[in-house]
Amino acid sequence: MHKFIVLASALALTLVATSAFGADPLKVGFVYVGPISDHGWTYQHDQGRLAIEKALGKRVKTVYVEKVPEGPDTERVITRLVREGAGLIFTTSFGYMDPTIKVAKRFPKAIFEHATGYKRAKNVATYSGRFYEGRYVIGQIAAKMSKSGVAGYVASFPIPEVVRGINSFMLGAQSINPDFKLKVVWVNSWVDPGKDADAAKVLIGQGADIITQHTDHATPIQIAAEKGALAFGQASDMIKFGPKTQLTAIIDDWRPYYVRRTKAVLDGSWKSTDTWGGMDTGMVGMAPYTNMPADVAAMAKATEDKIRSGKMHAFDGPIYKQDGSLAVPKGKRLDDGALLGMNWYVKGVDDKLPK
Amino acid sequence: MRVVLEKRPERSRAMQVASPLLAVALTVLFGSILFAARGFDPVHAIYVYFIGPLTTLWSVEELIVKATPLVLIGAGLAICFRADLWNIGAEGQLIAGALAGASIPILAPEWDSALAIPAMLVLGMLGGMAWAAVPAFLRNRFGANEILTSLMLVYVAQYLLDWLVRGPWRDPHGFNFPKSISFNDWHLLATFGDGRVHLGAVFAVIVAAVLAVFMARTLMGFEIRVRGEAPRASGFGGFSQAGTTWLCFGISGALAGLAGICEVAGPVGQLQPTISPGYGFTAIIVAFLGRLNPLGALFGGLVLAICYLGGEAAQVELSISEKTAQVFQGMLLFFILTCDALIRYRVRVERAAPGSSRLRASIGLGNPAARAADAGGTAR
Amino acid sequence: MNALEAVLLTIITASTPLLLAAVGELVTERSGVLNLGVEGMMIMGAVTGFAAAYTTGSAAVGVAAAVATGGAMALLFAFLTQTLAANQMATGLALTLFGIGLSGLMGQPFTGLPGVKLGAVHIPGLSDLPLIGPVLFAQDLLVYGSVALTAFVAWVFARTRLGLVIRAVGSNHHSAHALGYDVAAVRYGCIAFGGACAGLAGGYLSLVYTPQWIENMSAGRGWIALALVVFATWTPSRVAVGAYLFGAVWIMGLYAQGVGVAIPSQFLASLPYLVTIAALLAISGNRIFTKVNTPACIGQTFVPDR
Repeated sequence: MHKFIVLASALALTLVATSAFGADPLKVGFVYVGPISDHGWTYQHDQGRLAIEKALGKRVKTVYVEKVPEGPDTERVITRLVREGAGLIFTTSFGYMDPTIKVAKRFPKAIFEHATGYKRAKNVATYSGRFYEGRYVIGQIAAKMSKSGVAGYVASFPIPEVVRGINSFMLGAQSINPDFKLKVVWVNSWVDPGKDADAAKVLIGQGADIITQHTDHATPIQIAAEKGALAFGQASDMIKFGPKTQLTAIIDDWRPYYVRRTKAVLDGSWKSTDTWGGMDTGMVGMAPYTNMPADVAAMAKATEDKIRSGKMHAFDGPIYKQDGSLAVPKGKRLDDGALLGMNWYVKGVDDKLPK
Repeated sequence: MRVVLEKRPERSRAMQVASPLLAVALTVLFGSILFAARGFDPVHAIYVYFIGPLTTLWSVEELIVKATPLVLIGAGLAICFRADLWNIGAEGQLIAGALAGASIPILAPEWDSALAIPAMLVLGMLGGMAWAAVPAFLRNRFGANEILTSLMLVYVAQYLLDWLVRGPWRDPHGFNFPKSISFNDWHLLATFGDGRVHLGAVFAVIVAAVLAVFMARTLMGFEIRVRGEAPRASGFGGFSQAGTTWLCFGISGALAGLAGICEVAGPVGQLQPTISPGYGFTAIIVAFLGRLNPLGALFGGLVLAICYLGGEAAQVELSISEKTAQVFQGMLLFFILTCDALIRYRVRVERAAPGSSRLRASIGLGNPAARAADAGGTAR
Repeated sequence: MNALEAVLLTIITASTPLLLAAVGELVTERSGVLNLGVEGMMIMGAVTGFAAAYTTGSAAVGVAAAVATGGAMALLFAFLTQTLAANQMATGLALTLFGIGLSGLMGQPFTGLPGVKLGAVHIPGLSDLPLIGPVLFAQDLLVYGSVALTAFVAWVFARTRLGLVIRAVGSNHHSAHALGYDVAAVRYGCIAFGGACAGLAGGYLSLVYTPQWIENMSAGRGWIALALVVFATWTPSRVAVGAYLFGAVWIMGLYAQGVGVAIPSQFLASLPYLVTIAALLAISGNRIFTKVNTPACIGQTFVPDR
């Protein structure tokens, strides 16, 4: 068996080595959690894969496996990609963290990039986007555009990523209207369009006139359009689902990162790093500001620029927790460690965080 | 002219052997058409699908890993289905078993003892059994349809797991991500070879063999078969209907639970929101593929595992979508069911529509609840 | 919009696909056949409904396509279970697997596209009434259709000879056969009807509920429809009550969250399933109640002796 590992590792090594000389293309593997057709999370990662193909042409060959459940199958799929000669593998869901680390240990010559996790190794880098930066901007827009002063949030699962987004949205909104209200409904699913639609309807019925979401498709926008509310797109530009409804969308743009990292592998400069890219790196983008007056769009643009240049941060103090206690004093900024594991709400969120 | 089925005087031995082969052959044939229609070279695609996974050692090991839970659950379900009991909630029982068994590594992570693994396995089986006991109880006590109650409980188990890993059992150092701690080494099953094949595979083989003997050689096993094939004749062995219901659900639940704990203490190594990609449902196909024979489940589990791994290989090597694999599995099952009909029935082409034979059919008259009256009712 | 009105509207939309699929399955089951493939037929209806509507631009064509596809899937099931005497549970499960996979394949060119929505029909005069106007008289055609269909099925079983025949076939296929009825033909018809209804329910998802095609968009609604039939002890009127009750529990779970009730959302999400089990119990416990309507031959294969 050991011979087998050595052989495979040697194979991977040769692949990486030879591709550096441009002889054989570097095989880049992708493991996706959803279907590439979701027009959300997985779709955007696949756009990144296509960007690699486009930018590096014959020097690379990409291959992907979609709808890989986070469970006993993950390790096998990653292993297969290595065995099939992939020298660089992107594993694009949090649940792939431990399997990625396990496989990386067995194949030290292959290189791995894991999205949204926190475990690294010599041949495993991590990366994620600071999507909460975009949430701050849409929070401000929501507060400006809302007549009722209430927004509705269709949320998937209470993981830090989603909680951070809710808080950031709320802080943005409160910076415009301190009395802004936010209602949250958890649908416990990434993809159940019907349930998302119901949640959006319920929220609108409860007085929300702005709908935002952290689930993976465009139904909340469609519902908002139907009911005359406004909404924001998620992960990709969803304007075609609500030409008169979408204000903007937070876009996950993995393309620059993917191309850069693949190039690094090709020229031998790749190192294990932890990247949490924000607007400054282009990983978080905003769709065009539409369906709003020019002054609101200008304000949004200004905030976007300030965040991009680092002049401001969504979690600049003072920030109070839901129970009124001070979380971040004035003049301080919440550090990345606290952001990464966030499990509390800021003041004003009308919901109890599931414990 | 019409095609009619005619009951054979006895089950055809030849067909019993030929039918699964015929089913596989038909799947390959229609699969080739499917691939060709989507613009792939059918011969190569079929090779990648069915032969490829068997050509390297590592993928054979992965095949065993994948087949392990399917065989465990499928063997148990085979017994249930034999008794005409429709436990389709094995997925929930798997989760319940995983939860019960995982309570040790999560609540007592420091307990490093030779007893830890056996205790986890036993708890796993008890958990699965407890979850399966609910539909059994509801059926015995209230006559509630077990198909629906067992299915509903799948969702409940999924939400319970979800709640636990996001709440009380969440890894305190895991940045609030929904997963439990990674189990300590002494709470993981022993592995073989490349470190993927685990103890569960051994259990699967033992279980299939023991259950086969149980069904073929014991009075209880006989009773279960009778109950399925001629319900009115059952009970003569001295076993009550309720008793066999408890037994069948108990066995299949325990095995699903065992599969569950083996998965989390094996390939997964922790609890997380999804621990099974639908093994409990796929195992239903496994049970039928194995002709409701526990030993056959071994065969069925391997065939299904090849389907999965082949589907993956086809994605990586040929960029064939994973949906094709699912259509493929559906087709395989259709063909198996079709071919199975040939064991009990002969196909005959008739020129004229037959008049109904009043005399013979009237035997069933006046007995509205006669599940038994129809021996054909067990044709599967 | 007032809150009560919004909730009622949401409940109606959430309940309609359940009602459509459940009424169809009820007819199938009344004839003594258990088709577990509702989910598969529904998702196939959703994809073909969307595709047809998107291609032609007409929601009506989409609805027709969804009905036809559901019916066709059901005929496949009927052929296997009635003509080839295959086991019904296994065939139904295979149908679901097959449908989910095939719909994914067929839907590939149609993902990420805004669909055609079947419009609402405002009944003049009545739809202007406060509260009940928008809720009862400004719905889309399929909502009225689902209620009419339920009433029609109830009428068929209560008042017509056809209803009697279906019930006879379902409660004792041997006697029905002896009396000269063609058991297989009746069942073929009932299965096809059930499939058409499930297809229509799928079409409702992709043409009204959320006018898009998204893989697996039925998200388990077919299974709920199956539970509803048992919940209703095979009675059309109770299927309607059950569907709306289920929709209400579902929506109230979301509503409670929106107003900030602190219950674990996983518990709320599993509530409908627990309610169904409880209802199954309440009903199954009362044997006389059940016996009147239960198709005794459900799930059994029938091949006439000759």
